[in-house]
Amino acid sequence: MTDTPVRFLPTDRPPSEPARLVDDFTPELIDVGEHHLCPGCGEPIAMRSVLEVIAELALVQRTIAVFGIGCYSAFSNNLDVEVCQALHGRAPSLATGIKRAKPDTVVFTIQGDGDMVNEGLQEVLHTAARGENVTCVLLNNGVFGETGGHITAATVLGQRTKNTLDGRDPHEHGYPILISNLIAQLEGAAYVARGAVNTAGNVSRTKRMITKAIETQLAGRGFSFVEILTMCPTGWFIETQEAPDYLDDNLAAVHVGGVLKDNT
Amino acid sequence: MSELASEPSAVSELASEPSAVSELASEPSAVSELASEPSAVSELASEPSGQRVLMEGSEAIAEAMVLAGCRFFAGYPMTPFTEVLEHMAKKLPPVGGVCMNAESELEAIGMAWGAAATGTPAATGSTGQGLSLMQESIAEACLAGIPMLLINMARAQGDYFQATRGGGHGDYRTPVLAPQDATEAVKLVKLGFQLTWRWRNPVLLFGDYYLAHTSSSVDTSAFDLVPLAPVDWGLDGSTGGTGRARLVSPLGTDKQRDDVGYDLAKHYYACAARSAEMLAGIEPLAEVEGCDDADVVVVAFGTPARYVRAAVRELRADGVKAGSVRPITLLPFPTDAIARAAEGAKVVAVYENNQGQMLDDVRLAVLGRAPVQFIGGLSLDTSGFGIAPDYDVAVFRQRIEKVLHD
Amino acid sequence: MSTITTRGTVVIDVEACKGCDLCIDACPPNVLVMTTDEVNTRGYRFPKLLPGCTGCKACSQICPDFVFQVYKYETPQEIES
Repeated sequence: MTDTPVRFLPTDRPPSEPARLVDDFTPELIDVGEHHLCPGCGEPIAMRSVLEVIAELALVQRTIAVFGIGCYSAFSNNLDVEVCQALHGRAPSLATGIKRAKPDTVVFTIQGDGDMVNEGLQEVLHTAARGENVTCVLLNNGVFGETGGHITAATVLGQRTKNTLDGRDPHEHGYPILISNLIAQLEGAAYVARGAVNTAGNVSRTKRMITKAIETQLAGRGFSFVEILTMCPTGWFIETQEAPDYLDDNLAAVHVGGVLKDNT
Repeated sequence: MSELASEPSAVSELASEPSAVSELASEPSAVSELASEPSAVSELASEPSGQRVLMEGSEAIAEAMVLAGCRFFAGYPMTPFTEVLEHMAKKLPPVGGVCMNAESELEAIGMAWGAAATGTPAATGSTGQGLSLMQESIAEACLAGIPMLLINMARAQGDYFQATRGGGHGDYRTPVLAPQDATEAVKLVKLGFQLTWRWRNPVLLFGDYYLAHTSSSVDTSAFDLVPLAPVDWGLDGSTGGTGRARLVSPLGTDKQRDDVGYDLAKHYYACAARSAEMLAGIEPLAEVEGCDDADVVVVAFGTPARYVRAAVRELRADGVKAGSVRPITLLPFPTDAIARAAEGAKVVAVYENNQGQMLDDVRLAVLGRAPVQFIGGLSLDTSGFGIAPDYDVAVFRQRIEKVLHD
Repeated sequence: MSTITTRGTVVIDVEACKGCDLCIDACPPNVLVMTTDEVNTRGYRFPKLLPGCTGCKACSQICPDFVFQVYKYETPQEIES
């Protein structure tokens, strides 16, 4: 900044003029803010949104979160809500058991696309078909992040991943599964929406979707589902600043955002 | 939690008539050394009647589960486990329990895991093939501290390795209980729930087609045990926001706010220690008969062991010094009982309806005291379910005599 | 001397930042600028604040590392640009 005469404001302490705090560092339900996820990772953003909804709806003492296995599992022992850690792909069946045993709780899953659309495809479809009053949240970045960025069933055509370095080729790797669209076709699914966390506007919209989904569960209307497209610059082989546009141009072009079903 | 208080070489003399396909008047085990207090609880509307009812083994198992406190069951139909699921579907709702028709065995154990994580006594099961699908979950449930009763209504006895070695990954153990008939199944179901609750580790009941589909008169209210105590670790949402929100996880028990977080090494060591404590804390059970002066000691488990016992008694009556050992806990294996029985014997014979699996454990227990001979083998009819054609006292007697005289 | 109406401000946890730049584009009034010649102890560049913040909390909502604390002034401040 030595050549640019710019006046920066102090940001190392709260303001001396009267002001109210509108957003704190770490959301109240995340215990420790520091994590080892990559710079620019969209998953913590999504976690924040989900947990803020739980707090805003005053459900903290009724909530049980069921985690799949992926980078986001870094949060499973880091929340101030009760957590049941599942195996890869198995969160929906655990969520079913929990909700059936304790119907007054609010149960949601946090799963990645590798977890849910690969390993656990039948679990989420069956849970949706059964109309279980749980909310499944999918963090979709189109790769298996934790193992190094490999192709999943949700990876879009042309997407370069660790084991499709020339891009996903339909002849060799088939076509992506658009899981929200599949689930929306099931009668047991009452609310299905797809959001993203690549822009502030999308974060707000996605938070409204999450709220609607949880309210669907509270009203006992059936299965609710929110897919959240997240950035993975590491898995996408790009710079962090390019990730929001990459998401729009590649993932969101196929896994199109919006409310796919609203029977509430 | 009431402890299992049985003698090391348990001598439970069962006075049941062997070889009848449909048992009518079997005595309950005379020496049922289980927990002390009579059950104060009947969570069912009706009082335990002490009456015998004619029912198939599957129903006895189901009813025993409900009486033991099970309030969640999930299963997928597969012969000969299907009827257990059917009976649970009828028996659980009236007591406020839940029975789920899972869409796969994988989802069945997932649902049971979730329910168990809330502190609800839960169970699932299948036959061998379905248990195969559940192996990852079983292994990890041990790490997560999930109590659940697993029912294997097996086809023959080829699942011994699956049950005792575990087909899952990692260094876990699941206690295994092998009933010989419906009456003992009732006892072991109730014991199984006590053990799984006490140790927060899955426990497996090794049944079979014969047991499932044979009707006998059973008093399911027998062997009442202390009710399962409520637990403080069960998830119900209530500790959210307190700074001590509960965590049920196969990856560990520490939370990052306590400046630790997941340390898999630390967790696996702790689980191994707990597993060792569990194995040491469960008394191996076996039925030992006539082994003090036996020339031939025959070891068998489950349904075929009744045929073995009958053959051994016949031989005794004809002056042959034969004895039998019937392991009831397959894990922990009654090594000491078998070692003692083998002392002074000319030969130890092992019968099982497989190609030789428990054989390995018997060899380890005998440890060279006597030669160990295998008198088992696959005994299957075209169904493959493993109840014929060898289940015949004459066949067993012949094999025992042959091994004694060779 | 011109001033810029500033309705909010932020506290930035410099050491928590991983230099991902998401906040820069997310900020509607464009008052966040990444450093060019400064890094934190982990070697990451981090954002600095110009006058004109509206306290909209777009930055805190999109930051993956919880770097921001956002305040809204009771009375909008006029800050020299």
